[in-house]
Amino acid sequence: MLEIKNLHADVNGREILKGLNLQVNAGEIHAIMGPNGAGKSTLASVLAGNPAFEVTEGEITFLGKDFMELAPEERAAEGFFLSFQYPVEIPGVSMVNFLRTAMNEQRKYRGQEPIPASDFLRLMKEKKELVEMQSNLTNRSVNEGFSGGEKKRSEIFQMAMLEPRLAVLDETDSGLDIDALRIVANGVNKLASPERAIIVITHYQRLLDYIVPDFVHVLFDGRIVKSGNKDLALRLESEGYDWIKKELE
Amino acid sequence: MDNSKEAQYIDLYRNVREVQSSVFEAYRKASFERFKRLGFPDDKSEQYKYTNLTEALSVDYGLDNHNQKELIYEAFTCAIPGIRSHLYFVVNDTFYASDEAKNQVFPQGVVIGSLKEASRLYSDLVAKYFGKLSEKEEDGLIAFNGMFAHDGFFMYVPENVTIDRPIQLVNISEGNTNQLLNSHNLIILERGAKVQLLVCDHTEGNARFFVNRLTEVHVAEEATYEHYKIENTSSDTTHISSLLIDQKESSKTLTTILTLNNGLTRNNISLMLNGEYAEGLLYGMAVGDLDQKVDNHTSILHNKPNCHSTELFKYILGGESQGGFTGRIYVAEDAQKTEAYQNSKNILLSTTARMRTKPQLEIYADDVRCSHGATIGQLDETAMFYLRSRGISEDEARLLLMYAFAADVIENIRIEALKDRIKLMLEHRLRSGVSQAASCILCR
Repeated sequence: MLEIKNLHADVNGREILKGLNLQVNAGEIHAIMGPNGAGKSTLASVLAGNPAFEVTEGEITFLGKDFMELAPEERAAEGFFLSFQYPVEIPGVSMVNFLRTAMNEQRKYRGQEPIPASDFLRLMKEKKELVEMQSNLTNRSVNEGFSGGEKKRSEIFQMAMLEPRLAVLDETDSGLDIDALRIVANGVNKLASPERAIIVITHYQRLLDYIVPDFVHVLFDGRIVKSGNKDLALRLESEGYDWIKKELE
Repeated sequence: MDNSKEAQYIDLYRNVREVQSSVFEAYRKASFERFKRLGFPDDKSEQYKYTNLTEALSVDYGLDNHNQKELIYEAFTCAIPGIRSHLYFVVNDTFYASDEAKNQVFPQGVVIGSLKEASRLYSDLVAKYFGKLSEKEEDGLIAFNGMFAHDGFFMYVPENVTIDRPIQLVNISEGNTNQLLNSHNLIILERGAKVQLLVCDHTEGNARFFVNRLTEVHVAEEATYEHYKIENTSSDTTHISSLLIDQKESSKTLTTILTLNNGLTRNNISLMLNGEYAEGLLYGMAVGDLDQKVDNHTSILHNKPNCHSTELFKYILGGESQGGFTGRIYVAEDAQKTEAYQNSKNILLSTTARMRTKPQLEIYADDVRCSHGATIGQLDETAMFYLRSRGISEDEARLLLMYAFAADVIENIRIEALKDRIKLMLEHRLRSGVSQAASCILCR
């Protein structure tokens, strides 16, 4: 589904990703771990098409399409979703209007008719329950005044609404207490399916107790230097990254 | 002063002066004297430094000849669904009431009609208020208005009377010859009275218009007045509008000034809080995409203690459009416990658009809460990316953000039908790019 080959990317002229390779197939859950500054969030931003990041080398193929050729909104319409580490507050744009616009823009891209209002409202109700999102949050402006937990829940809610083929969750666990973490993880698990792939970017093994990955990768200095199963995450949790650094030397 | 521009109008005044009621005559004479002294504001004038009238005044205008063959207002339909307003017109210089309004039975004592007529029928009442605010203004354009205005809209709302439905005044500048148009509106609310006025400015025809309108509003104790002004004119229009509001104790006003489509616009808004516990809310929005010029010059005078004012103006400027905002807040020495908040927020969509914003606070009291802020910026890039990452195209994302930017001005409109319509008009305005707000039949 997603194939990344020899990806190099700069931000502000500094090279962050230095030849990253990754393959993700439908139905798989991947976890990407790594120390601060390794390039985890850069990878997420580059995949989403953030114009602040410049890809200097390599290729990204998603469902057979050259991702580099697509604008952020086209990537979304092709089925890519990023759950932001720091969701943006947008005063004056209601959640409802935002999501309906997003959904209809994606449908337009795919040559579909706009979703009827009644279907949209029914879908909202259904998906809100999925992530146990408080009803009044959708009447407010996008993320405005949301707590850290509410923002993350709102991201998963958006994912549920937009039904992507591939979702990247960028440190979705950061800033969450244990109850919120459980709710968010449950939401993600309910969204997992054989057609859908999920990449979880995290610092901590804790999230992986709830969202169990098929593969765990260690991102270090702009490259994936080690891959394994969920036991790798447990070892990183207990031993840190020093042993990996040693292996590399 | 540059005598050439003024001289022709001074001659014109001498030639065309009509005999009105005595109330008008005295004011006209006094205005004439003031105009001879002040002249038109020029580029050296501090008050008008963001509004350059040189080009507009170089055009050769005629005065309204008051004999429209077709009464254009009869064809007018307000396109605000459900507004249910009582509709009045000033076409060029002259007042007309719609048939509906003529047949309307208002509560006892309410007078709504032509100022010219009122100055004859209710001469004592009119004399008590007419020109009382404008005569103090050291502004050549207000003096100029006084020389030529012979009619306008008049409204009197007696004590404790509430007018349920909005009153709507539509100013139409119409014709195919260049015209200079002046009108004078007078609005009086007695103690505890309540009314909403919606003023729409339109143009029809292919001429240059220099429109110079003046509105004086007297809001007595505990009265509540809402004033909504929507300009939807044309690139050939020079639009000067002066709104002077006098507020007595515990009165409340809400003023909203929207410039959706225009040529060169100057709004003078003066809010005089002349009684304790008066509240004045002043909101404004301007949208420019070509070479429009919009200058809102506001002045809020806290002359008495315990008054509150909130002011918020937002501009969205693209193309080569230019915006100006001056926010003067004056707090008199004994106006303790004043609360005055001001904000000017502006978005520039192009590198050629210009915005000049100037807060001007003069605070002589020492126990006050005042704040002001002014920002000029671009659309938030992180918000843009967030929206796009959800599948929303760049254009649509831009639109959503501009719309959101203007939302807090629109949300303060208290006439629901108008609020909904303004949302639509703004969306249409932002979407179509070209200067079309397209919502009134007259200005398609």
